[in-house]
Amino acid sequence: MESNLIQITDMNRYYEFGGETLQVLKNVSITINKGDFVAIVGPSGSGKSTFMNMIGCLDQPDSGSYLFDGEAIEEMNDRELALIRNQKIGFIFQNFNLLTKLSALENVELPLSYRGLSQKNRTNMAIQVLREVGLEERMHHLPSQLSGGQQQRVAIARALAGRPDILLADEPTGALDQKTGREILDLMKKLHKEGHTIILITHDDKIAKEASRIVRIEDGCLSEEGGIPLGNVTINQNGSKKYS
Amino acid sequence: MSQLIKMAVKSIVSNKLRAFLTMLGMIIGVSSVIILVSISQGSSKQISDQIGELGTNLLTINFYNTDSSSFKEKDLSTLKELNSVKEVAPVVSGRVTVKNGKTSSEVSVTGTTSSYQDVRNVKVSSGRFFTDFDNEERLKTAILGSDTATTLFGLSNPIGESVQINGTSYKVVGVLESSGSSLGQSGDDIVLLPIKVAQRLLQNTTISSIYVQAQNENVVNFAKANIESSLSVLFGGSQDNFSVTNQQDVIDTVSSVSNTMSIMLGGIACISLVVGGIGIMNIMLVSVSERTKEIGIRKAIGAQKMDILLQFLIESIVLSSFGGMIGVGLGVSLAKIYSVISGTAISFSIPVIILSFTFSLLVGVMFGVFPAYKASNMRPIQALRFE
Repeated sequence: MESNLIQITDMNRYYEFGGETLQVLKNVSITINKGDFVAIVGPSGSGKSTFMNMIGCLDQPDSGSYLFDGEAIEEMNDRELALIRNQKIGFIFQNFNLLTKLSALENVELPLSYRGLSQKNRTNMAIQVLREVGLEERMHHLPSQLSGGQQQRVAIARALAGRPDILLADEPTGALDQKTGREILDLMKKLHKEGHTIILITHDDKIAKEASRIVRIEDGCLSEEGGIPLGNVTINQNGSKKYS
Repeated sequence: MSQLIKMAVKSIVSNKLRAFLTMLGMIIGVSSVIILVSISQGSSKQISDQIGELGTNLLTINFYNTDSSSFKEKDLSTLKELNSVKEVAPVVSGRVTVKNGKTSSEVSVTGTTSSYQDVRNVKVSSGRFFTDFDNEERLKTAILGSDTATTLFGLSNPIGESVQINGTSYKVVGVLESSGSSLGQSGDDIVLLPIKVAQRLLQNTTISSIYVQAQNENVVNFAKANIESSLSVLFGGSQDNFSVTNQQDVIDTVSSVSNTMSIMLGGIACISLVVGGIGIMNIMLVSVSERTKEIGIRKAIGAQKMDILLQFLIESIVLSSFGGMIGVGLGVSLAKIYSVISGTAISFSIPVIILSFTFSLLVGVMFGVFPAYKASNMRPIQALRFE
């Protein structure tokens, strides 16, 4: 039986822009299971980033509930959120977001160091994941000494280092050329096959097709491709939206 | 923790010029505290040592208005008979010109008795001191201070030679050991004469001051009281014509003056430490806003507020304590160089060195907290979006 890893129900998020209140997420609901490879597709301004921040526990909803592995994220304080991000979520960013003054190895060690692991354990675990992404040879290089594809591999290794429950990738190929982008996608597919849960955020339909599940976000509303229900609550309040 | 310090050092080293300029305030502050305090304490220690060498059982009686109410030599026996008094040495003093051939020197002259040697603890390096015989017979004998001897005779031995004092010939019987200088006055630029000879030379029959040696250190204050009461009988009940001081009073006065000076100089230097601290805060604030993105990344991958706070706090503490350490090194070596060049005594006070270093560390903490707090409170989403 598949188990629910993420269960978001009726999530709303508002932002204030120059005195005007904007609803960025509108009654969003989704269930993501362990082992899923979900692509969240949408044009810019669709609320995609906000949704990613919500899933990544970087932000909290104004209303609605978010259960991550059975824990209520909306009730957590900053400290608990940081713990969830550190232990359960691995971030992969468009611009890699490596710390430029640290070597590849030190970058990968960073999330482990915030867990309070000993130096020896950290290094061992970090070297292991660097081997998995094929960068063991270059672990003492600085990010500036690596190509874009290699930097993104380091970032993936960093995300993997803590053995998180999900990998959250925000346009991971956005800053790469087609060939290296392809390699990164292949690496992610491989990770999915190995059992990792991956959430891929992109604006590109072609990339989204690599995933096993595609969820569209438009104007703050979610819709699942292929007619599979998004969760136990459907988005019928926005019934006009079609599963297209 | 060691990881955090390593990280802080790394980030400081990656921006050497800025780090150095930031530390400059600390360096100047700490080194000036150390230099100023060690110089002022050194001179105060030198002065107290010199005074202390005279013996702590020494009392000095000074007379004022010696014309109207004079203290004569015969009155000395009154003081000498006091139980608490061991020895007295009366002194008349003035300034004279001493000549040897064509070389002449303006020196201060002290007329005294044979007891002066014991009471003031002076030693002759060659020749002999006065005897009572020299005094009673008014023999024109002189003892030269070591500087006076070198000025007049150079390297040759002055014993047995004669010098002209205000035109009259005196036979040199001894040369004093050097006693060093005190309060900028050389104690070696003098001539000693038997008191009766000096009184005739200076045309003055009174005594300007008396050095009194108490039986021992414990009765110094008792001796002082005894002297004061017997002198006031002598002067018809008045205490206005004389004063009795002991060496401890002089040492206390000197050290209280120099302590006030130390505190003032230290205080001024502390202000530069505070200014240095503001410099650190300024740079840390710049550093926080420059590294907003980094803070965002660290928070996204799970850094707690405390992790970020410590990171920046430790950076500013490392900066300020590095500055403090360099300041200690610089201060100690500059003070040493100063003392070698100028010949001034310096005295390093370990507590002051530790205190100024600790102060620089504290400044680092105090002025580092605000930027670190600012960094730790950033929202991860905003920080991540920052380019």
